[in-house]
Amino acid sequence: MSDGALIPGKGEKSAFSAWRISFFGAIAVLVILPVLSPDPYWRIIQFLPDGILITLEVTVMSIACSLVVGLITGIGRISRITIINRIATIYVEIIRGIPLLVQIFYIYYALGKLIQVPDIFAAVIAMTVCYGAYLGEIFRAGIQSIHKGQMEAAIALGLTRAQALRRIILPQTIRVVLPPLGNEFIALLKDSSLVSILAVSDLLRRGREYASKTFNYFEAFTVVALVYLVMTLFFSRLVALMEERMSRRDR
Amino acid sequence: MRASAPQEMRASAPRVRIIDACKSFGKVVALNKANVTVRSGEVVLIIGPSGSGKSTLLRCINRLENLSSGQIWVDDDQVTDRKSDIRKIREEVGMVFQSFNLFPHLTAMENIILAPRIVKKVPEAEAVQQGRALLARVGLSEKEKVFPDHLSGGQQQRVAIARALAMNPKVMLFDEPTSALDPEMIKEVLDVMVELAKEGMTMLVVSHEMGFARAAAHSVVFMDNGEVIERGTPDQVFSSPREERTQRFLKHIL
Repeated sequence: MSDGALIPGKGEKSAFSAWRISFFGAIAVLVILPVLSPDPYWRIIQFLPDGILITLEVTVMSIACSLVVGLITGIGRISRITIINRIATIYVEIIRGIPLLVQIFYIYYALGKLIQVPDIFAAVIAMTVCYGAYLGEIFRAGIQSIHKGQMEAAIALGLTRAQALRRIILPQTIRVVLPPLGNEFIALLKDSSLVSILAVSDLLRRGREYASKTFNYFEAFTVVALVYLVMTLFFSRLVALMEERMSRRDR
Repeated sequence: MRASAPQEMRASAPRVRIIDACKSFGKVVALNKANVTVRSGEVVLIIGPSGSGKSTLLRCINRLENLSSGQIWVDDDQVTDRKSDIRKIREEVGMVFQSFNLFPHLTAMENIILAPRIVKKVPEAEAVQQGRALLARVGLSEKEKVFPDHLSGGQQQRVAIARALAMNPKVMLFDEPTSALDPEMIKEVLDVMVELAKEGMTMLVVSHEMGFARAAAHSVVFMDNGEVIERGTPDQVFSSPREERTQRFLKHIL
């Protein structure tokens, strides 16, 4: 789901790196447009902040929940207990085979049959179910990338497999999975726009609301796209910095 | 090292008994009816060509691998019995690996005190105190707060030995402890092992280090194709091996 290239690699430090041009370019356009033609751009920008907030809320809550689900799934995928392993694997297989948009619809209406939850929670649950599976695969790959001698050394010392996992394997896994997790989070931020098909007033939906009121479709979606771009570029930078700090602390 | 030849082994109680051990990985036979007994305080060196089952034999003693058939006992505990508490046995059997396997996210001291704290619930202060003594014993007192990446191979292996000793094991297994080391670092590790042997630790060592064999080993076991071909004192096996296969092998390594 993630596209990788969003995270700037090292050595892209020049003042005219692709990241800087895109990020500051997008901000500049967002400033210049309302100055040059306040109507409709200034109005659009005033109309959107509620939506940005909702988008961030959905994203942050979904990240937190899918981290938990993903970690459990990843551990389940490498479990030696057949039933746990099977359940985790089937979950991953099913989720990866269904488009996120369909999942969101499905979970929304399936949930609706059982309990009444606010739309935003239905959205978070749908995103969590989907991204939990993807993050599970990242955690599984991360755990499996740790040399098997680490588990053997821990077990030979008398630790249980669970203790070894918690004290030895997972702390080393974090460093390995951070870059792919970061990519996944950015993908999640973008995919959160899909929840606008529910009655969740996120950034995209706010843009659509404005557009259908004023028929300024082109202008509204220009601003929406630029705001998404600024957010994803900002977070990709954050992930890159975190990664850098971790590898520096390592040396 | 010749000067300090090991004392004669007096008859003492058997500590590790390997009885008719068989192990196969799919169609590959790794162990074929291997029998080895190691007495308390005895240092046994296991030699043999690669793929002869030496490492597998060692790894079955703390059940990193399961035997296909046969039995292994450590004192009165049967390792191979599924019902026995394998973790209790592992606490008493220390292991040192070819690739050190130190935990890279922990300092030397944290590597050493982890198992005593988690497995034996030793209070931190006490564990650290013991850790300091162990680091001094392997000559690395000043490396307490250093991460494995900043240690040389020889230093890492010495920390790994200290880590295994922190559990106060009754047996120590060494799986090619110097094979991954640069030549100039081999001696510092062997010195620690010879010291340990002199203090009366029961040791099984897979290694081809003649220096260690002459200085510390009470007996040498030669393995080939998963079988124990012969066993004797280092002098016997190295100077006048009985079996033809042993002679051929020794010609290659000596």
